[in-house]
Amino acid sequence: MTAVTVREETRPVTRTARRRRRWRGLGLRLYTLGVLAWLMLPIAIIILFGFNNVHGRFNYRWQGFTLRWYRHPFDIPDLTTALVNSLTIACIVTAISVVMGTLAGFALGRWRFLGSRAVELTLFAVIAASEIAMATGLLSLFISLGVPRGYWTIVISQVTFDVAYVAVTVQARMAAFDRSLEEAARDLGAGPLVTFARVTLPMLLPGIIAGALLAFALSIDDFVITQFNAGKTLTFPLWVYGATRLGIPPEVNVLGTMIFVGGVLLAAGGVVVQRIRR
Amino acid sequence: MATAWRRRSAAYLLVLPVVLWLAVFFVVPFFVRFSLSLQTGDLVSGFRQTFHWSVYPNLLSAYHDQLVRSVWYAGAATIATILLGYPAAYWIAFYGGRRKSTYLFLLLLPFFVTFVLRTVAWQFLLGDNGLLLGPLHDHHVVSAGFHVLATSWAVIGGLAYNYLPFTVLPIYVALERIDRRLIEAAADLYAARTATFLRIVLPLSIPGVFAAVLLTFVPATTDYVEAAILGGPGQTMIGNIIQTLYLTNADYPGASALSVVVTGALLVFVLLYARVLGTRDVFRVTAA
Repeated sequence: MTAVTVREETRPVTRTARRRRRWRGLGLRLYTLGVLAWLMLPIAIIILFGFNNVHGRFNYRWQGFTLRWYRHPFDIPDLTTALVNSLTIACIVTAISVVMGTLAGFALGRWRFLGSRAVELTLFAVIAASEIAMATGLLSLFISLGVPRGYWTIVISQVTFDVAYVAVTVQARMAAFDRSLEEAARDLGAGPLVTFARVTLPMLLPGIIAGALLAFALSIDDFVITQFNAGKTLTFPLWVYGATRLGIPPEVNVLGTMIFVGGVLLAAGGVVVQRIRR
Repeated sequence: MATAWRRRSAAYLLVLPVVLWLAVFFVVPFFVRFSLSLQTGDLVSGFRQTFHWSVYPNLLSAYHDQLVRSVWYAGAATIATILLGYPAAYWIAFYGGRRKSTYLFLLLLPFFVTFVLRTVAWQFLLGDNGLLLGPLHDHHVVSAGFHVLATSWAVIGGLAYNYLPFTVLPIYVALERIDRRLIEAAADLYAARTATFLRIVLPLSIPGVFAAVLLTFVPATTDYVEAAILGGPGQTMIGNIIQTLYLTNADYPGASALSVVVTGALLVFVLLYARVLGTRDVFRVTAA
C-alpha cells in the first residue's frame, strides 16, 4: 500500500498520461468484449433457432418466431431417449467419480507417501492426454475382452477421466486447508470421526461440489470417448452428430437450450453455495 | 511409529480405488492396444497374435498426409488461440477489477452448450446458404464460388473457437499470480510500459503459455469433430481416419496401430512436459 502512495507523490500523473492510459485500457477492453462476443455467437444462434418457425428439413434461414418447438420438445423418441441416457449416465458417472476422486484427492492433498508422485503423474496424464488416446485404449480393451459396447461401457469410460478431475479439484482444496483447525477441534476434545464430520468435511465441501459440477458437465458434453465406446447406445451429443448430415431439427436447439440453461443455473447455484459457506 | 504406519496405510487405502480403476482402464489399455495392433484377422474368423510389424510402416505411408495435416491444423489453431487469447487474458487479469469472475464465467459459458452443437452452429453460420454467407452471396458481395466450409480455414477456425477457453484460462492464471509490486517497482525505476511488459509480465506468464500449448495442441491434433462437420474430403485429419478404421471398417489392428503411433507421440510430449515443467500449472487451471 505504501509503495502506491509514494509513487503518487513523487510522480504526479499528468492529465494526458492518465487519458492515454484510459484509452489503452479501453482498446483492450473492447477487444476482450469482442472475443467474448465471438465465443457467445454460436450459443445465441442455437437458442434463437429453437424459436424458428421452420418449414422443411433445414433449420438454416430465419422464417419467423414460433413457440411450437417448445410445446413439443420431446416429439422425437430417439432424441428423447438419447437425452435421458445422457442425463442418467452423467448422474451415475458423477456419483462414482465423486466418491473415488474425493478419497484420492483427500489422501494426495494431505500426505506425501511412496508412490503419491506416480499417482499424481497418472492423473496428469489422464487430464492432458488427448481424448482419442483414452477412447481407443478403452475400446481396444473391450474388444479384446469381448465386452459388448453400450450403456455401461460409456459409464466406465467417462468415470475414467472424470475421476481424475474430481481428485485434482479436491486435492487443490485439501492442500490449501488449515490443519490447525483440526488440531483445535482435537484439543477441544473432539474424536477423529467428529473432527472429520464437523471440521474437515465442511471445509472440503466446496471442492467436492466444484468437482461434482465439473464431472457432470464433462460427462454430459463428452463426445469422442463416448462415441468410441457407445456401441449402438446414443447420448445427446452422439444423436446430434449423427443428424448433422440430414439437417438438425429445431427440437435439438430446444433441448440444447434447456441443457445450457440447466447447466448455467447449476453452476450459479454451486457458486452461491460456496459464497454462503465462506 | 505406530501412528505413522497407520497414517500411511490410510493414505494407501484412500487412493486404492482410483489407482485400481486407472490401472485397469487407463494404463493396461495402452498395452492391450499395442497387442491388438500386432494381430491379424477379421470380425468373422477372429484375431490372432501374429506380430506383423509391417502394419506400422504401411499405415504411416498410407496416412502420411493426414498425419502432417493434423499437426499443421493443430499448430495453426494453437498459435491463433494464443495470439487471440493472450490480450483478453491480460485485460481480465489486470483490468477486470471486481467483475473478473464474471468475465471468466462468460469465458466458460460455451462449455454449457454441447461441443458438437457449437460446431454445428458454425456450420449454420458459414454454410453457403447460411446466416453469414447466404446474404453475402445473395447480394453478390462475394462471388458465387466463395466458400468457407470445406476449407482448411474453416477447420482451423473451428478448432481455435473450441479450444480458446483452454488457452485463455492457463494464461490468465499465470498473469493473475504475478506480484503487482514487481510492476510498480518497474514503473518506479522508470521502465516504459512496453519494457515492463516485455521484461517482467511476459516472462512470468510463459508457464501459462506452455500450459495453454499443452491443453490446446494435444487434444486439437486428434480432434475429428471440426474436420467432420466443417471440413470436406480434403480436410480429413488423423482422428477421422482412426475413427473410421475402428468404428466403420472394424479394422482393429490397423486402427490400434495408428492410434498407438499418434497417442504414443502425444504421451511422450505430455510426459516430457510434466518432467520439464511439472504438473502444477495445469492442475491450477483445473482447480480455478
